[in-house]
Amino acid sequence: MEFAELIKTPRVDNVVLHRPFYPAVEGTLCLTGHHLILSSRQDNTEELWLLHSNIDAIDKRFVGPLGTIIIKCKDFRIIQLDIPGMEECLNIASSIEALSTLDSITLMYPFFYRPMFEVIEDGWHSFLPEQEFELYSSATSEWRLSYVNKEFAVCPSYPPIVIVPKAIDDEALRKVATFRHGGRFPVLSYYHKKNGMVIMRSGQPLTGTNGRRCKEDEKLINATLRAGKRGYIIDTRPLNVAQQARAKGGGFEQEAHYPQWRRIHKSIERYHILQESLIKLVEACNDQTHNMDRWLSRLEASNWLTHIKEILTTACLAAQCLDREGASILIHGTEGTDSTLQVTSLAQIILEPRSRTIQGFEALIEREWLQAGHPFQQRCAQSAYCNSKQKWESPVFLLFLDCVWQILRQFPCSFEFNENLLIMLFEHAYASQFGTFLGNNESERCKLKLQQKTMSLWSWVNRPSELSKFANPLFEANNLVIWPSVAPQSLQLWEGIFLRWNRSSKYLDEAYEEMVNIIEYNKELQAKVNILRRQLAELETEDGMQESP
Amino acid sequence: MEHIRTPKVENVRLVDGISSKKAALGTLYLTATHVIFVENAPDTRKETWILHSQISTIEKQATTATGCPLLVRCKNFQLLQLVIPQERDCHDVYISLLRLARPVKYEELYCFSFNPKLDREEREQGWMLIDLSEEYKRMGLPNNYWQLSDVNRDYRVCDSYPTQLYVPKSATAHIIVGSSKFRSRRRFPALSYYYKDNHVSICRSSQPLSGFSARCLEDEQMLQAIRKASPGSDFIYVVDTRPKLNAMANRAAGKGYENEDNYSNIKFQFIGIENIHVMRNSLQKMLEVCELKSPSMSDFLWGLENSGWLRHIKAIMDAGIFIAKAVSEEGASVLVHCSDGWDRTAQACSVAGLLLDPHYRTLKGFMVLIEKDWISFGHKFNHRYGNLDGDPREISPVIDQFIECVWQLMEQFPCAFEFNERFLIHIQHHIYSCQFGNFLCNSQKERQELKIQERTYSLWAHLWKNRGDYLNPLFRDDPSQTQGTLHLPTMPCNFMYKFWSGMYNRFEKGLQPRQSVTDYLMAVKEETQQLEEELEALEERLERIQKVQLNRTQVKSKQSEPSKHSGFSTSDNSTANTPQDYSGNMKSFPSRSPSQGDEDSALILTQDNLKSSDPDLSANSDQESGVEDLSCRSPSGGECVPGEDSGKDRDSDEAVFLTA
Repeated sequence: MEFAELIKTPRVDNVVLHRPFYPAVEGTLCLTGHHLILSSRQDNTEELWLLHSNIDAIDKRFVGPLGTIIIKCKDFRIIQLDIPGMEECLNIASSIEALSTLDSITLMYPFFYRPMFEVIEDGWHSFLPEQEFELYSSATSEWRLSYVNKEFAVCPSYPPIVIVPKAIDDEALRKVATFRHGGRFPVLSYYHKKNGMVIMRSGQPLTGTNGRRCKEDEKLINATLRAGKRGYIIDTRPLNVAQQARAKGGGFEQEAHYPQWRRIHKSIERYHILQESLIKLVEACNDQTHNMDRWLSRLEASNWLTHIKEILTTACLAAQCLDREGASILIHGTEGTDSTLQVTSLAQIILEPRSRTIQGFEALIEREWLQAGHPFQQRCAQSAYCNSKQKWESPVFLLFLDCVWQILRQFPCSFEFNENLLIMLFEHAYASQFGTFLGNNESERCKLKLQQKTMSLWSWVNRPSELSKFANPLFEANNLVIWPSVAPQSLQLWEGIFLRWNRSSKYLDEAYEEMVNIIEYNKELQAKVNILRRQLAELETEDGMQESP
Repeated sequence: MEHIRTPKVENVRLVDGISSKKAALGTLYLTATHVIFVENAPDTRKETWILHSQISTIEKQATTATGCPLLVRCKNFQLLQLVIPQERDCHDVYISLLRLARPVKYEELYCFSFNPKLDREEREQGWMLIDLSEEYKRMGLPNNYWQLSDVNRDYRVCDSYPTQLYVPKSATAHIIVGSSKFRSRRRFPALSYYYKDNHVSICRSSQPLSGFSARCLEDEQMLQAIRKASPGSDFIYVVDTRPKLNAMANRAAGKGYENEDNYSNIKFQFIGIENIHVMRNSLQKMLEVCELKSPSMSDFLWGLENSGWLRHIKAIMDAGIFIAKAVSEEGASVLVHCSDGWDRTAQACSVAGLLLDPHYRTLKGFMVLIEKDWISFGHKFNHRYGNLDGDPREISPVIDQFIECVWQLMEQFPCAFEFNERFLIHIQHHIYSCQFGNFLCNSQKERQELKIQERTYSLWAHLWKNRGDYLNPLFRDDPSQTQGTLHLPTMPCNFMYKFWSGMYNRFEKGLQPRQSVTDYLMAVKEETQQLEEELEALEERLERIQKVQLNRTQVKSKQSEPSKHSGFSTSDNSTANTPQDYSGNMKSFPSRSPSQGDEDSALILTQDNLKSSDPDLSANSDQESGVEDLSCRSPSGGECVPGEDSGKDRDSDEAVFLTA
C-alpha cells in the first residue's frame, strides 16, 4: 500500500509531548497511514491519537540534536513534539506533511475506518428527501417532488430529488436551470406551516449585461405567491457587487420583470475574506502576550463578530419577512451554496421548533448543507493555520455553527441539543472517520460510493450513548418563533471553540455537571412521587371497595 | 416640597431606553422622592418610578414637533426621555429635577422618609445582622499577635477610620500615633484581613508623607510590628496600588511611597490602578458606547477598547490576585495603600479577600466584606456616588468596579458564589438609591453623628429577607469546593474579562439573553424541595394505610384529597411553551413569599420602586412571544427596502430588521 512509502520512520522512542493544561508526556511516537499516535506505554493508555487529516500545518525547530515539531490542528489545537535525533525528526515531519495532504479522497480515513460500535440505524438513510417532504404534504398540495435531476444532469450540485411548485413541470425546470448560476433553479427550502409562506433558494439569475430574462423563471417564482401577495428576494450581496456580477454573465432580478417581488440587498462576505477573518481571530486568541486593549482591538480587527452579526441579521430579516410580513422569499447570492445556505438554515432555526431538536437539526444539516451542495471538501480542506490561501477555502459552515451558538446562548432552554453537538459537527466537517462531510455535493458522493464504502456520522451520533452527550438538560419544548438580538452587546466570542485550548474549562465543566445534577435529581424525585401516588390511589380504592358492600 | 414647581404634567411621552421606538403617553408626577410616570393605556397603566437620588444628569434637548424632550440619565444606567408638550412645563420639570436630584442636606434623602413599617425592634435587629466584631472573631482574632486597639476611641487619631481596629500587639499607642502622623489623613496601617492558615495579614493604610527623603521611626516600627506579627515570614510586601508615575509625583507634595532602604525587610511593589478621575472618564466613555443607536460591531468593540474600562478592571483584579498569592502561596503579610487608602486600597483588599476566603463568597459574607473594607474603613460613599450635591470631580465608580470584579469572577467560577448576578445589581442600585442608611456619609464618624441606625433601615436586612431571589442555584456548598482560594491563572488572560451587559445595558431587556438559566434552575430547585416534602408525606401515608390494612380495621381512613402536585413541572404542557415565563411561575410558588404576606403590603413603596427601577423584578414582561424590537440594532438594508405596504401596523413587539 502507498502509505508505507510515505512513512519514512514509523516509530521513534523518547518523544516528549507538550499540550496546554496537561503535564508533558514522554513516550513512543508511531505513525500509521491515518494516525499519529503517542503512547507512554504505561497502562496501555494512548496519550495522543491524532488523525493526519486533522493536521493543518506543522513547524519544525532544531536545538542541537533535539528537534521539535509543532503541530497545528484544524480544530485550532496546538501541540508540540520533542523528537531526539535530527533525521528522525525530519522524517517524521515530512511524513506528517505528506499524510495530512493526501490528494485522493479515496485514500482518506473514512474509506478505511471500521466501526467498533453496533449500528442501530444506518445514518445514510436517516434523512431521505421523501420523508422530509411528507412533513409538508399534509399541510400543502402546492408543492411536489421532482426527479428532474436524477442523473445530476440539470444541476450538478443539487441532489437527485428536489421540491418545486406543483404548477411547474420538469421541462420548465430544465429551462430555468439554464438561467440560474450552476443550474441552481429555485427550490423549496422551508415551508412555514403557520401561514403557508415559503423560503426558496437558488443561484443568481444569469441576466448578464444585456438584461436577459427567462419567462419560466418568472413563472416559477410567481407560482409560489398567493393572489395579490408580494414576495421578497433577499440577495446576500450588496447592490454594487450584484451589479458587477452582470459583467461576468450573472446578475439579479430586474424589478420590471418581477413586479411582485421586492429585492433587498445585504452584504455577507465570502471566501478568502472569511478565511482571513478566521486566521486573524485564531491568531489573536492564541496570543497570550498582549494587554487588554490589544486583545479587544485584535478581536475587532478580525471582523469575525461583524460577519456573525451580518449573517444573523440577514437570517432574522428573512424570518421576519416570512413570519411577520406574511411574505414568501427567495434567497440567493452568487452560487447559492454559501451565504444563501447560512441564511436559509438560520431562518429555520429561528422559525421552526423542530430544527431546534437534535433530530431536526441533523435533518437541517443534511438538507440545507449536504444535499443543498455546500462544497465541504473545498471549504473545509484547510483551517486557521494554513498558508495555502486557496480561494475556495472558507469557514462558511463554522460561521453558521457560531450563529447557532449565539442563538442558543440567548435561548438556553429552547434547544434540545447543547454546545457539544455544534463543536462535534465543526470537528467532523474538517477531519473525520465518517464519510458524511466528504465530497462537495451529492453527485460527487454518489460517484465515491460513500454510502457503500464509508460509515455515516449520523449512524454514530444517533445511538443513545452518544446522544446523551449532546442533550441539553435545560430543554423545554418551545413552539414559538425565537427572535435573537443582533446587537453587538448580545454577541460574544464562542469560547467553546476559540478559547477551547487556551483556557482551562474545569470550572465551567463543573458548573455544567452541577446543572445536570440539579435536573436529574428533580426528575428522580418526580418519578418516585408518581409511583407512590399511584400506589396510594390503588390502596385507597381497594379500601373503598372493601368497605362499600 | 418647595422645590417642586409643578407636581403633575399630563400628555407626556416617555421613551424608555435606547432601543425603544415607541413612546408611551401618560402623566408625569413629581413627588418629594420620586419621578413617577403613569401610562394612559387603561389596561396596563404601567408605572415607572425613578428615585431622585438615581438621577445622574438631566439634559434639555432641542424642541421637536411633539414637544420638549428631557433626557434623564440614571446612576443605575437607566436612560429615559420625557417629551413634555409645553416648553414652560418642561422648564419647570427641568428646574425642579435639577434641584431634587442634588439634595444639599442628608435629611432630604429618601432613607429618612422611607418607612417599611417595621417596628423599632425589627429595625435594630436589621442593623445587627452584620457584626464586624463577629467577623474578626471568625478570622481568629484577637490572638497572640493581634489585638483590638482603642487608640482611635472617639476618632481621636483618625476621623475617617472606625473606632474598633486590630493592630499588632507590639504596636504601642505611641507607635500608632507616630505612624499616623506620617500618613495621609492619619490613616495608619491597620488590619483588614487575617489569613489563619498561614498566620499572615493584609493591612491597609494611606501613603506615607515621605516626600523625597523624610522618614518616621514610628512608621518604620509599625511596619516591623506587622512583620513580627507573622513569625513565619521574614518580610512583608508593601503594595502601592497606584501607577509608579503617580506615586512619584506625590513626592513633590510631601507624600509618596516607602523607601525600601528605610524600612527593614519590606518588598515594595507597584500595581498600576489609575485614579478616580481616569476611572470616571473611562466609565463615561463606556456608557457613551452603550448609548449608541444601532452600533456596528466595530463601533462597539472600538468604543469599548477606547474607554479602557476592561483594562482598569483587569488592573484591579491583578492587584487582588497579587495580594492573594502573596498571602496564600508565599505566606507573606501585605500592607496595601494608594494615596488616601480609601478607594484603590478598598478595591484591592476586598478582591483579595474574595479570592482567599470562601466566606466572603456567601450572601452574608459578602455583606460583611463590604461593611468591613468599604463602609467601616471610610470609603467616601457620599462624595463618590454624589448622594449630596458636591464637587463633581469627587464622583467616581470605585465600588461599581469592585462589583464588576465580583461578576467577572462569578463568570469564571460559576459554582463558587452563593449569590447570583441579581444580588450584585441590587447592591449597586441601592448604593445610589439612598433608600437605606448603610451607604450614607463618608465615614463611620459622620454616620454616628447623624444617628443613621436610629433613623433609617439597613439594606442588609432587606436583602437577607429576600435572599431567595439572590441565590445561585449552581453554588456548591460542600467544603471541598468552597474551602480555599480561587486560583486564577498567572498568565495574562485578557479574554477572561468581558463586557457586563447585564449591568450597563440592564434596562435594555432586548439585549439580554431571553431565558435565564439561573431562574430556571431556581424554579427546579424549589420544585425539588416540594417534591421532597411530598415524598415524605406520601411515604408516611402509605405506611399508615398499610398498617390499617394489616390490622383489618374497618375504620374508613379519612384522608385528605390526594395532594395535587402544584406549581412548576418540567414536563407540564401548560408551561412547556413559555419558558420565558419562569419568573411568573416562580411568583405563584407557595414557598416563595407566604411568610412575607403582611410585610409585602407594608412595603408598598419599596415594591413599587423596585418594580419600576429594578427591571428583573418587573412584572411587565413583554417576552411572552420571544419577540422583540430589533429595529434600531439592525444595520441598514440595501437601497431596496420594503415599501409602505409592508411597514404598517408594526407594534413595538415586532422584530424589525428592515430599516425604513
